[in-house]
Amino acid sequence: MLDVMKDRITDIGPPDFKEYLPPAVKKNYGQWKYHEILEAGVLVHVAESGDKLYTVRCGSPRLVSTTSILFYTEIADKYCDGFLRFTSRHNVEFLTTEFDNVAKIKAEMTEYGNPVGGTGPSITSIVHTQGWVHCHSAATDASGVVKAVMDDLFEYFNEMKLPAKCRIALACCLNMCGAVHCSDIAILGIHTAYPRIDHENLNKLCEIPNISASCPTAAIRPATVDGKPSVELIEEQCMYCANCFTVCPAMPLADPVADGISLWVGGKVSNARSEPKFSKLAVPFIPNNPPRWPEVTSAIRKMVEVWAENARPYERMGEWIDRVGWPRFFKLTGFEFSKMHIDDFKYAGLSFKRSAQITHE
Amino acid sequence: MPKEYKTPMLDELEKGPWPSFVKEIKLAAKKNVMSNDLLGLLERSYNERLGHWKHGGIVGVFGYGGGVIGRYTDLPEEYPEISHFHTLRINQPSGWFYTTEALRTLCDIWDRHGSGLTNMHGSTGDIIFLGTKTDELEPIFKELTEAGFDLGGSGSDMRTPSCCVGPGRCEWACYDTLQRCYDITMKYQDELHRPAFPYKWKFKFSGCPNDCVAAIARADISIIGTWKDDIKMDQAEVKKYAENGVDIFNDVVLNCPAKCMKYDGDKLEINNNDCRRCMHCINVMPKALRPGDDKGAIVLIGAKAPIVEGALLSSVLIPFLNIDDDEEFEDFCDLVEEMQDVWCEEGKNRERVGEFIQRVGMGNFLEAVGVEPIPEMIAYPRDNPYIFFEMDEDEEEEEE
Repeated sequence: MLDVMKDRITDIGPPDFKEYLPPAVKKNYGQWKYHEILEAGVLVHVAESGDKLYTVRCGSPRLVSTTSILFYTEIADKYCDGFLRFTSRHNVEFLTTEFDNVAKIKAEMTEYGNPVGGTGPSITSIVHTQGWVHCHSAATDASGVVKAVMDDLFEYFNEMKLPAKCRIALACCLNMCGAVHCSDIAILGIHTAYPRIDHENLNKLCEIPNISASCPTAAIRPATVDGKPSVELIEEQCMYCANCFTVCPAMPLADPVADGISLWVGGKVSNARSEPKFSKLAVPFIPNNPPRWPEVTSAIRKMVEVWAENARPYERMGEWIDRVGWPRFFKLTGFEFSKMHIDDFKYAGLSFKRSAQITHE
Repeated sequence: MPKEYKTPMLDELEKGPWPSFVKEIKLAAKKNVMSNDLLGLLERSYNERLGHWKHGGIVGVFGYGGGVIGRYTDLPEEYPEISHFHTLRINQPSGWFYTTEALRTLCDIWDRHGSGLTNMHGSTGDIIFLGTKTDELEPIFKELTEAGFDLGGSGSDMRTPSCCVGPGRCEWACYDTLQRCYDITMKYQDELHRPAFPYKWKFKFSGCPNDCVAAIARADISIIGTWKDDIKMDQAEVKKYAENGVDIFNDVVLNCPAKCMKYDGDKLEINNNDCRRCMHCINVMPKALRPGDDKGAIVLIGAKAPIVEGALLSSVLIPFLNIDDDEEFEDFCDLVEEMQDVWCEEGKNRERVGEFIQRVGMGNFLEAVGVEPIPEMIAYPRDNPYIFFEMDEDEEEEEE
């Protein structure tokens, strides 16, 4: 046996979080009274004890080198008693009880390249997936698109000038690691070419019943091709979901021309005011245009600006659209409305306009 | 000497105000040949508009079935250093709190055994170590566990649970998200490390209905904090918000989904009996309004992303659970195990529990796991008459 098998430790789980809580958090655990946003990216939480805890929230690219993590630890050692945390949207947060430290943390992190912001009615870091950096099923890159979009929308990160928060998320294919489908704006990588069946190798690499079962529209049937067990595809039933490729590498879809990005709008997970809702299709397809995807960034900016200009305070993107109606959304954004926007999957009829309440645009 | 790649496409993404992932890859590439080859390969992807990673492959550490994602480039001869470039998922501490010492330990392990690139954090919540060779997996695992860390989930297993910051730094936490996330993670280590389910199973813990970890959109079991009694109100602070420019009538009262608030320009009134605990008024005026004292959680079931049968949001299973109470928590765990048993027995390969419920019917599912149907579980009763009547034998005899 390998020597790594000696004294093997398994199933210990993560470290106990209590060992990693800063002293002020430990002391006031569950005893927080209220919070205020002092400026974009800076919060103060006040405890029942009267203790104040300041948070400096810094943007991060999510894809972080050990070099940068070690830089964060230097900041945390200097100003935060050797503690720091990350948020559910990949931001890094520095917590300090000394107000004087806030400006210093802000200055040093900004200087290093991690700007401060993302609180309140703003656009914070984009939750995203791996893309071309590390994924086999990506229909677009993730980090690059995110970088281009956030560069463009930066004024909404370090200022709080929107009607409400706007949550943007990116998934580089329909698998949606990270579940972008309930975001104010979802950027979704999408294939538009049929899977190319590698009849030569399919039976060696994949289990045919699994492939058939993987297809949501039953478009894949077992077939014998050139004497070899394989599958055939009913092309008119294929909607390029790539689920067959997920279970079988002999059915690749990725294509430099046919892969691109779709944009979805108006979802939310919070229960505030209206109930959680899915994002809906805004733009069905934009070809990949690296390194900066200008057509994607300008379409997103258009949606943000139209919403910011027309929504009431506290009204999220989807709440605004629910109030004024989709005809207004398409008119104001100038996005083309097509057959593709009308649902034809399960329960499609629920999305038809089934009333006589209508605006005239 | 490592190869020197020209990267004009990626260099473009070093510009601009947002933090640059290209800068990060270049920082790692200074110390590490794998990251250097990654830079070259990614530039190529940008030119070709095509990814260059092959489909998975089974790699892992001895005795575990999850936690490592196999990854190989399809151009191993040109980019030999990333011919293997596997990902490790490392179970994060609850709420993503760290000591700098722990982070330095993780960085040290990763610099010696991997690419030096990470995700802080991945979508599931894990620390992601991005890219290493098969031979390094066992040594990394040994050093990680000696340092008190363990792998997270992947494949058809219980995925790494995650939670919001909760009582650590939020006045709205209606239960101890950090503790219960940790408890569930520790209780189900076997389920987390050894895939034995039809498909993935996720737990996410949000302390209030703002749902900062998007539990309702992506967790098979979404546990969202709520409260039963009245919203706590400080009228003096309400006044101060009004004085400081908050338009209480338009921005608070008119935005209430239950229309349960009244404001006469001086005093705010809430009819708590009608309140839906949506959080809006509390979000606008955190100094004046707070969740009540009788706190707990709503348990919802079945959310998922589109693959295979379409996206689902979780729906209510238990409208109120005092989850901080150990006995109620144990009962909840028993129910979870019961549900997993039914799903494992009857679920199809790659069928999430939400899809399973769609297929067999929520009513039948509830019956199978021994939960009484109640109106809190539905938005409205069925509006079609296609009812599978189930009469008991006595009734049938009477009809005869």
